[in-house]
Amino acid sequence: MKRKHRRLAILLACGLGLGSAAALTLLAFRDNLVFFVTPSDLAGRAKPGETLRLGGLVEKGSVVREVVDGQPGVRFRVSDGRASVEVSFIGVLPDLFREGQGVVTLGTLAPDGHFIAAEVLAKHDETYMPKEVVEALKKSGHWQPADGPAPPAATWNTLNVTKNGG
Amino acid sequence: MIPELGHFALALAVVLAGSQAVLPLWGAERRDPALMASAPPLAIGQFLALALAFGALVWSSVVSDFSVLNVAENSQSLKPLLYKITGAWGDHEGSILLWCLILAICGAAVGIFGGALPAALRARVIGVLGATSAGFVLFSLTVSNPFVRLWPAPMEGRGMNPLLEDPGLAFHPPILYAGYVGFAIPFAFALAALIEGRVDAAWGRWVRPWALAAWAFLTGGIALGSWWSYYVLGWGGYWFWDPVENASLLPWLAGTALLHSAIVVEKREALKIWTVLLAIGTFSLSLCGTFLVRSGILNSVHAFANDPARGVFILVLLALVIGTALGLFAWRAPRLMPTGVFAPLSREGALVVNNILLCAIAAVVFTGTTYPLFAQLLAGAQISVGAPFFNATVLPLAIPLFAAMVVGPMLSWKRAQLAPALLRLWWVALAALLVGLISAWGWAALPALGFAGAAWLVLGAFAPIVERARLFRLPLGASWVRLSGVPLAAWGGVIAHAGLGLTTAGLSGMALAEHRIVAVHPGETVAVGGYDWTLLGLRDAPGPNYTARLAEIRVARDGRTVAILTPGRRSYPLQRTTTTETAIRTNLARDLYAVLGEEHDGTAVLRLHVNPLAPWIWLGALVMALGGGLSLADRRLRIGAPLRRGAAARAASA
Repeated sequence: MKRKHRRLAILLACGLGLGSAAALTLLAFRDNLVFFVTPSDLAGRAKPGETLRLGGLVEKGSVVREVVDGQPGVRFRVSDGRASVEVSFIGVLPDLFREGQGVVTLGTLAPDGHFIAAEVLAKHDETYMPKEVVEALKKSGHWQPADGPAPPAATWNTLNVTKNGG
Repeated sequence: MIPELGHFALALAVVLAGSQAVLPLWGAERRDPALMASAPPLAIGQFLALALAFGALVWSSVVSDFSVLNVAENSQSLKPLLYKITGAWGDHEGSILLWCLILAICGAAVGIFGGALPAALRARVIGVLGATSAGFVLFSLTVSNPFVRLWPAPMEGRGMNPLLEDPGLAFHPPILYAGYVGFAIPFAFALAALIEGRVDAAWGRWVRPWALAAWAFLTGGIALGSWWSYYVLGWGGYWFWDPVENASLLPWLAGTALLHSAIVVEKREALKIWTVLLAIGTFSLSLCGTFLVRSGILNSVHAFANDPARGVFILVLLALVIGTALGLFAWRAPRLMPTGVFAPLSREGALVVNNILLCAIAAVVFTGTTYPLFAQLLAGAQISVGAPFFNATVLPLAIPLFAAMVVGPMLSWKRAQLAPALLRLWWVALAALLVGLISAWGWAALPALGFAGAAWLVLGAFAPIVERARLFRLPLGASWVRLSGVPLAAWGGVIAHAGLGLTTAGLSGMALAEHRIVAVHPGETVAVGGYDWTLLGLRDAPGPNYTARLAEIRVARDGRTVAILTPGRRSYPLQRTTTTETAIRTNLARDLYAVLGEEHDGTAVLRLHVNPLAPWIWLGALVMALGGGLSLADRRLRIGAPLRRGAAARAASA
């Protein structure tokens, strides 16, 4: 085998490896990218069945616990100040799940408009807010992190939107 | 007084690292023996200074000196002694100091054990390590100083994150860092070789042990982290494809490729440029892994508080180190002439395939990890990429890799034929097929494929040894004689490959895991995974700095009690957080895994798992690391590298 052929074989192998990696990536991106939405976004794009990440604050006083087929369930409302959406979840809530605090849930939209969460993520301590929730609050114009801690979720629907400049 | 001493030692380390960067490199350029000889003492001096600084930090934490800001923010007087010691590296400042200390240890190790290296090469390697070190120690001293004082000192510290109060996590950072930072040595060797414009078989032989040691530590560190997340976080899984986990996987993949391509450099003097690039790439990925994640750019559980000054400093530092290395590579790499030639179908060819596949996996993982970051920066879209993406991309690439892992070692160097190698593997293929069919009969297709792959890897790993000993073809005694002649390095490779097989078996077993979340009253029984789980009762249990609630669960099979599990929930009043204490009972074939959730209206929420073969995941990783260690213990490496001239002569005669 000539040197040229040898080099060609190695280049082909590299191309095959990287090509298949790229193809796999693109293919997987088509099915497995998960978009982050806020409750206001969700109202607009009601496409049931798509996997989404929904983030916001857990509304004060909205958490209802129930037992579904012997499994512990919970319903709560997630709000970004402009809109709120009902979330149902079956399973163990994370230790840092609290009313009035930031939460990110992974799940799908049900045909009746409520959000079925497969996972509930609440990380870190009470002073920490998931990055996505911060974005959601900033987007809806309710909170500038520089001005201090986030306002309690219950007061949101009455908050003056222009106050913090949006 | 002690913190000031530490602060001073840290400043001293910056100066020593700076001189370690300048003097030896200058000396090697001017061929000045005195300047070159200054490298080892400077490296050892820098190590001693950093050890003193680190000791001072641990001391402040142990005596609960809350006038030190770092201790006040992360410690408390009631904390057990072990966590006072390990807490010293549980936060941002302390962990950066530990990182610097390990880098200094690397420099000192080259100084102490590198006696057989040519003086100029050793001076350059230590010089490059010093330059890297100077940047990071300066970072620690200026924007991430662990010795900042707080006045007036508070009476009590704010306490440590309770999730970190765990023996597994106590040893996870040092081992992981030893892996990350250990790749600084191959990196320094690569840069030194680029400066000299020369890479040969001896270079490959010098680099490989260091890469191997770093790789073994990194393997252990990743496994320890995954095990910690399995038994502490209590979510029942072992790998989340979280950015920080991926960040540790990336240098592992690149480092594994490096180990294998360094073999080709050592044996055949081929793939030189590629190996140098891999050495640079591996350490660059390690740097990104430690610092991008810690700087809070990537959203992760491990991100510490975000300080813009730190972020900018880190980015500039990363750009400097990686940019300089790549620039040097672009400038000097064309000088490294390839010499060894080989046919595509040969041991070298198989190692090239291994490298391509490992790099493809690394590229895929890298894309998935950083895509959300770029999507947000460029398009403003908030996207996340989760486990389904990684499973869909990594698995198809892993299958040919597994095939090559077994076939490759059966091929001869330089030129080989595929058919005889495959024929000699008939018994491995048959066993893998049988295992696959048996498991496909009972379970789903994907785990069956996994089990077949595991059998293929474990048996296939031993195939070259069986071949070498001509087992069952010669009398047993003669085989034994041949077997005892197999060098430790070869055994190391065999065992590391078999370890990956064990891990694969564990991963496939976990795919068959069953779990259920239930809300039960005391006395109630539920069935999960063929076991009957009865909640016997709930009780309170006080701890030193927390209060706990424990559940007692009897697990029975066919009426016979198998285990009593006591999962719990701890609440830490100082930090106002709650943690779950998972209860796990293992018999190596399966784990019984119970988590206690919230209680209300007299019922307790329990999450119950039966995880088949779960411990094999970490056992396999341990075996892999052990294989690396065994390979390091090989006499040929321990005696020290041969002189360059001798190696060159041998390569020429070969």
